[in-house]
Amino acid sequence: MARTTAKASTEARDPATGFSPPPREADGRKKQAVNPLRDPNDRRLPRIAGPSGLVIFGVTGDLSRKKLMPAVYDLANRGLLPPGFSLVGYARREWANEDFAQEVHDAVKEHARTPFREEVWQQLAEGIRFVQGDFDDDEAFEKLRRTVDELDKQRGTGGNFAFYLSVPPKFFPRVVEQLKKHKLSQAPMGAWRRAVIEKPFGHDLKSAKELNRVVHDVFQPSDVFRIDHYLGKETVQNILALRFANEMFEPIWNRSYVDHVQITMAEDIGIGGRAGYYDGIGAARDVIQNHLMQLLALTAMEEPSDFSAEALVQEKLKVLNAIQLPNDIGADTVFGQYAHGWQGGEEVKGYEEEDGIPADSRTDTYAAIKLEIANRRWAGVPFYLRTGKRLGRRVTEIAVAFQAAPHLPFDKESTQELGQNALVIRVQPDEGVTVRFGSKVPGTAMEVRDVSMDFAYGESFTESSPEAYERLILDVLLGDANLFPRTAEVEQSWRILDPIEDYWAQHKPEPYTSGTWGPAAADEMLARDGRSWRRP
Amino acid sequence: MKIELTDTTSSKINAALVQARRAVGAPATGMILSMVIVTDEGSAYDAVKAAREASREHPMRILVVIRRPGKSPRARAVTRLDAEIQVGGDYGTGETILLRLNGELTAHADSVVLPLLLPDAPTVAWWPESAPEDVSQGTVGDLSQRRITDAAAAEDPVHELSVRARHYHPGDTDLAWTRVTPWRSMLAAALDQKPGVKVTSAEVEGEAYNPSVELLGMWLADRLDVPVKRIVSEGPGLTAARLNTPEGQIELDRSDGLLAHLRMPGSPDRQVALKRRETAELIAEELRRLDPDDVYRATLLHGVQRLTVTEKPASAKDAAEQVEEIIDGTEPATAPASSSSASSSSSSSSGSEAPKPRRTAKGGSAK
Repeated sequence: MARTTAKASTEARDPATGFSPPPREADGRKKQAVNPLRDPNDRRLPRIAGPSGLVIFGVTGDLSRKKLMPAVYDLANRGLLPPGFSLVGYARREWANEDFAQEVHDAVKEHARTPFREEVWQQLAEGIRFVQGDFDDDEAFEKLRRTVDELDKQRGTGGNFAFYLSVPPKFFPRVVEQLKKHKLSQAPMGAWRRAVIEKPFGHDLKSAKELNRVVHDVFQPSDVFRIDHYLGKETVQNILALRFANEMFEPIWNRSYVDHVQITMAEDIGIGGRAGYYDGIGAARDVIQNHLMQLLALTAMEEPSDFSAEALVQEKLKVLNAIQLPNDIGADTVFGQYAHGWQGGEEVKGYEEEDGIPADSRTDTYAAIKLEIANRRWAGVPFYLRTGKRLGRRVTEIAVAFQAAPHLPFDKESTQELGQNALVIRVQPDEGVTVRFGSKVPGTAMEVRDVSMDFAYGESFTESSPEAYERLILDVLLGDANLFPRTAEVEQSWRILDPIEDYWAQHKPEPYTSGTWGPAAADEMLARDGRSWRRP
Repeated sequence: MKIELTDTTSSKINAALVQARRAVGAPATGMILSMVIVTDEGSAYDAVKAAREASREHPMRILVVIRRPGKSPRARAVTRLDAEIQVGGDYGTGETILLRLNGELTAHADSVVLPLLLPDAPTVAWWPESAPEDVSQGTVGDLSQRRITDAAAAEDPVHELSVRARHYHPGDTDLAWTRVTPWRSMLAAALDQKPGVKVTSAEVEGEAYNPSVELLGMWLADRLDVPVKRIVSEGPGLTAARLNTPEGQIELDRSDGLLAHLRMPGSPDRQVALKRRETAELIAEELRRLDPDDVYRATLLHGVQRLTVTEKPASAKDAAEQVEEIIDGTEPATAPASSSSASSSSSSSSGSEAPKPRRTAKGGSAK
């Protein structure tokens, strides 16, 4: 499947076909015409980012240590970073450049996917800087500006910098204002300055709009990159290849054949040490608003005219705009909270017993909602979205369940064990695609039973397949916005979720035992429709 | 698990494969291509190891054709096929089948390989060394979409490039070409930063018996349409590439085989990690694309004899003198004769589409 994608994309780019779309800025094709060493047919040459640097705020955090710094190293190891690439850390800790370099070194050694190589590290280490300060500290931001200017001179970063805000959202306004005040957000002629922000993008429509206003006040909307790391995953990108590079799936990808769709993201862990962040936010805001809505959009959208960021966002928005809330929110949504129980052989606390959680917290750790999409393709096909913590196992998948065959020429007894045909896209772990269909059981009697046909994503075998953050950081440096949700998508997702959250705020969550697949009410919700949840 | 079959046939091997899969409990899935490695006992081990490592990125069925023609008349009279099937467990993803062809059978490898190829999936052939002159015409080459050779493993690597050029067919590729991808991408990225700059000449520098240096030089000559000088150095591998522009020289220089320095006019010097890669990584890169590599074709057919070969200049003055001796890559017929000594080689046999060699063979290249 990976090969098919590659082929399709090269054909689209092939000027020989005569039907290639007009050049776009994002393509970088204008540049290619100038550089005689570049040739669209030369598919070995990877996309290397131009001269640039990355500034990480909140560099002492978990995300930075476990994901961002290793991803930067892996990119360097694959030869995808420009020579002279520089990494600047900004945090309160009292570190010298060397201390920070040591910290990056340790993080890379522990978490990087590609093997540690001294010469790659040497290349990277030369460009590592640290600036110590608070977010209010004018002097520190002034020092940051000097550091950036120096890097331009010493390392040739060319004034191109991305600012990665790996900090709690309440600090966003202060950081971007400081960037503006100290002229860091202002790109010199011919250079760029970009902002990278992580979820949550607000906690409801109003706050999301406010956040967008604050950020867009300083950075152009096209220079703001919102990270939804799910979109960086190979399997998620593969949804588009599966649907639009093949002939055999798209004809049945509609209400005539599809019975319903289940999108699941389950975690086996509890909230861990994130009580302060999680309580009051809950599963729906944490996961459904961004990850599951994006997966739904990719599963249900129409074919984009091409794979540019604009065309993709257009189609995704169309689907998101067509989403209809259930008439009876009480009946078609369920929210729950995990209770004390046993998970995978370990005794675990209930949510209300976790440290830092008030005993009467109403925060949802499980959320299931039923949505419909009001368009010709999907009318009447329910999309069930569910997510939760402390569920049976860690899994993310999209399951498209097909209708039963209109007529079965077999005895009733022989097809008793035949379920619905299904196509399951396994996003993580064990990335791949499963097709479930009926097959005759070997023997003299005619008996049909479900079997699974499996495609394991080839790339997933290798430890060194690119991680989502690698791909996304590279895309930020290249200015490629394909895999980043846009403002309008974020706001539309909140518009869908807000009424549900309002309803839930008036009610109490259903408890469910840790290690199970959620509250009984969720099973009842599907049972009323004559369906049941897949056990992923 | 491992199954050994002595004096067997392809259909028995196929049956054993199905059995092995059952025993391991894995269905036949996920493999995206068949890789046929044509080799001898001597280099089979390294080749299989590299292919198996690459199969983690590209799950595949590896068929290793080991020819044992026999050294005595008695050995040659025995025609026999021995097979060793390795599936699951420590053997990585995919399946590996070692095929030992004895006696007369060595000339009929295709009859053994054909029934064992994956249905409806591409086939890649790889000769780790001693590839036939025309790889697309061989019994195995016939079956494959993509044919991988390695000029660096030949007795006379630079002459080998001319052979490859003479017999080029779409789908041919060479590991010596794969080895220069990081260099090419870094040089292209360097030029990205100087939009519109006119390169006037170029030079590539590396050890004598390294065809990658020639390929990089030919690529630059072909793309930039400028004269390119090939300088012989101690190595290891490729040591430098330089692009001369009116603004100054763009230099990518790697003396230790690990870390390179990029020097550009108007920019500070920068370090670039440019490690020489393992065979497994090269094979993995080759398998990412299975369509003909047109850029390789253009580079190869540019003609290796159109590069000027010189010793590494002892001083800047020498270098300045030698610049005058460059052959104009665009009009080789009118170029002045080079007086500098060619230490390694320049091929006598010209590629079919390449202009005639200006100089006769020197050194060890005459064959």
